[in-house]
Amino acid sequence: MILDAKIPQGPLAEKWSKHKFNLKLVNPANKRKYNVIVVGTGLAGASAAASLAELGYNVTAFCFQDSPRRAHSIAAQGGINAAKNYRNDGDSVYRLFYDTIKGGDYRAREGNVYRLAEVSVNIIDQCVAQGVPFAREYGGLLDNRSFGGAQVSRTFYARGQTGQQLLLGAFSALNRQIHEGKVKMYTRTEMLDVVVVDGHARGIVTRNLKTGAIETHAAHAVLLCTGGYSNVFYLSTNAIGSNVTAAWRAHKRGAYFANPCYTQIHPTCIPVTGTHQSKLTLMSESLRNDGRVWAPKTREVAEKLRKGEIKIENVKEEDRDYFLERKYPSFGNLVPRDVASRNAKEMVDDGRGVGGSGIAVFLDFRDAIERLGEETVKAKYGNLFDMYYQITDENPYKQPMRIYPAVHYTMGGLWVDYNLSTNIPGLYALGEANFSDHGANRLGASALMQGLADGYFVIPYTLGDYLATIGPKPVDKNHPAFEQTKKDVEAYVAKLLALKGNKTVVEYHRELGHIMWEYCGMARSEEGLIKARGLIQALKDDFWKNAIVVGQNEEINASLERAGRVADFIELGALMVEDALSRRESCGGHFRVESQTEEGEALRHDDEFAYVAAWEFKGENQPEELHKEELVYENVKLTQRSYK
Amino acid sequence: MSNANGTMNLTLKVWRQKNAQTAGKFVTYKAENISPDMSFLEMLDVVNESLILAKDEPIHFDHDCREGICGMCSLYINGRPHGPKRAITTCQLHMRSFSDGETITIEPWRAAAFPVVKDLATDRSAFDRIQQAGGYISVNTGGVPDANEIPIPKVIADEAFNSATCIQCGACVAACKNASAMLFTSAKITQLALLPQGQPERYRRVQSMVAQMDAEGFGSCTNTGACEAECPKEITLTNIARMNFDFFSAKLFREEEVHEVNHG
Repeated sequence: MILDAKIPQGPLAEKWSKHKFNLKLVNPANKRKYNVIVVGTGLAGASAAASLAELGYNVTAFCFQDSPRRAHSIAAQGGINAAKNYRNDGDSVYRLFYDTIKGGDYRAREGNVYRLAEVSVNIIDQCVAQGVPFAREYGGLLDNRSFGGAQVSRTFYARGQTGQQLLLGAFSALNRQIHEGKVKMYTRTEMLDVVVVDGHARGIVTRNLKTGAIETHAAHAVLLCTGGYSNVFYLSTNAIGSNVTAAWRAHKRGAYFANPCYTQIHPTCIPVTGTHQSKLTLMSESLRNDGRVWAPKTREVAEKLRKGEIKIENVKEEDRDYFLERKYPSFGNLVPRDVASRNAKEMVDDGRGVGGSGIAVFLDFRDAIERLGEETVKAKYGNLFDMYYQITDENPYKQPMRIYPAVHYTMGGLWVDYNLSTNIPGLYALGEANFSDHGANRLGASALMQGLADGYFVIPYTLGDYLATIGPKPVDKNHPAFEQTKKDVEAYVAKLLALKGNKTVVEYHRELGHIMWEYCGMARSEEGLIKARGLIQALKDDFWKNAIVVGQNEEINASLERAGRVADFIELGALMVEDALSRRESCGGHFRVESQTEEGEALRHDDEFAYVAAWEFKGENQPEELHKEELVYENVKLTQRSYK
Repeated sequence: MSNANGTMNLTLKVWRQKNAQTAGKFVTYKAENISPDMSFLEMLDVVNESLILAKDEPIHFDHDCREGICGMCSLYINGRPHGPKRAITTCQLHMRSFSDGETITIEPWRAAAFPVVKDLATDRSAFDRIQQAGGYISVNTGGVPDANEIPIPKVIADEAFNSATCIQCGACVAACKNASAMLFTSAKITQLALLPQGQPERYRRVQSMVAQMDAEGFGSCTNTGACEAECPKEITLTNIARMNFDFFSAKLFREEEVHEVNHG
């Protein structure tokens, strides 16, 4: 199969406007004849559900949490990018496009990224109109801050809780449509399969997490807005419930999974303290605006610090290595995330890590507090400092934060074309669940932008074209595919419940996480990946023999829910390893040790690997088939990224 | 405070209840070799792992982000929502706040409007319905003015932000002897009432949201302030005062008059 991304022809700046004009429209009176399913209610899902309902479609939305507002977009801290150029500092749509393409290490589509930059300005307008309380200056206008990978200030923010405020905006729009009866909302409900009828997605199968009822839902189109898969690493900054199940089950029904090995390791997280740890907490990238990252210059000083023989404040200036400022003088502490993370790892690997475990570097606010005063620093980052204090019992106003990289975001996801359609007609993927806009590395403050762009400003146009094409004839829920898919799900649930071994699913999840972090994390090698392949297969075999799942289906059963998610993560982990193996180059978050410059930076091989890797499921325990979508660059020149 | 091994041994008295229809009871568990660096929920994870290994039913509780922002976790610990520390959620509570040998009592939120779903998890959908009744500004996607065409004084934006930080956890209801939802409801009303974008619907919103709050069976406010004291996001009673002002204004005047009376 040839993957057609359906990027419109013509000059970059005109693609989206021309495309919007060429898309078919659904007559206002006909819109109410269409049903649309939206799975997930984060930024992408809530904004899509609300916008489509406003247009007149009947929307049914689903989330596994007890309220749509709890989707994990709520936890995004730092901000949202938009090419408003309110600072008069040289920003433009083209610059945001360029920064994003470059930040993604030239592995994203030009057309998609340009559209993202183009609609970014509308997002801010929309959110303000909804009452999102962005940070403002005394003149009453919006404030901005800087973020990694850019030399302009284009990030809009709401203290350290930007994701929360944006999601509450989308949630309020969703609530309005629920109130008006245009959205039917199912909470505590998990999607477990897609119903495919004659090659088109026509519904889903869900499990009611309160009663265990397994039900089918029919619609003219299904939108997966189900987030990313960072929890394949067990420890990540994702919520405990964040999972890949919806996307993975869609994959097993034929939807291609693209670039699964592109994962983002965020440089500034609170380090791990012990095996009991259930998740990692991010410290926003915005902290790198004022915080300085350093490690001791020598192993001797580092060791003394670890043993508590000297205090941090007594480490002399000449014994501190501000390694990002030293190596990247023009971007300094604000280099992109992949670069910052790898450098922190280098320090630790070199024996210069700090903290009890030695697996951390410092993020220091001493100079910022001296320069700006504690009050100003508190106003900018107060909630982040409080959170750090709460978790570590160390006061970041008095001593530097200890930070270390952690898995935070996944650039890979379901393959979609320019219209956000997967290769299964009628099945769409939005937000982090798709692969489309961030290439091999996402810039800070771009996830919120993409989720809302997809939901507010892309899908309302592109979905109409598909719906107009298929026509408003009601979906026949009596088609045998519905009953068959439901039976498949019931059989799978029964298979999980039959597991009565001696090891908990959390234990399997933890082991999977170790394998992924060790061999498919910040640095990957052919040897390690081949080893991981065997380890994951063994883990999978063992899971289906020795895992324990307690209780039954017809009740609230967290053990069963977790088992299904972990089983899917194990399969996804195997695919990530295959993808990482086949991409014998380094790019963005994917660092193959065999492919680096003399200075240890990621070295791409554009002649061989300037493509999107889209994987096709070929059956249980069969190797997946790789399809390549060539990436065409008509506007930017592919260069070795440099942040020096 | 840990013992000489640097760990803690605790006794837990946990509320177990199959569902809203059946009666619940306290069951006692041991939590052993607990690290003071664990979060409260991680301590429960450890207990649940041992229950699962013994093929027993794990303790059910709501949780998700584990960084204090999603509002899902909701435990009533030793008689206080989210436990003994101020201004944090249960997931941010660490075991270093307890002592080796201590007995800890863990219950769900107690309120008629929050029926128990299972064990420590309750049904808080009443909060969603209050929001659906009017907790929004009626704008459609697209066709809105440029963001900087609506200047808002920084102090007003900051005040609105303070109200907007509510995480909808329900601690205010759990803390209140009347199980009143006034703090929650007033926070959303106040956020929108402070902002220029929220003015056109201001007096309709307060009436419809308050009506829904009453219909859900929450109790009345008697100004004891327990909600404010226990709110993990430190939402203040001022929100309730502002809501009452708007509510009475809306009741005293016709809609076409009230805008002029209050803002003319």
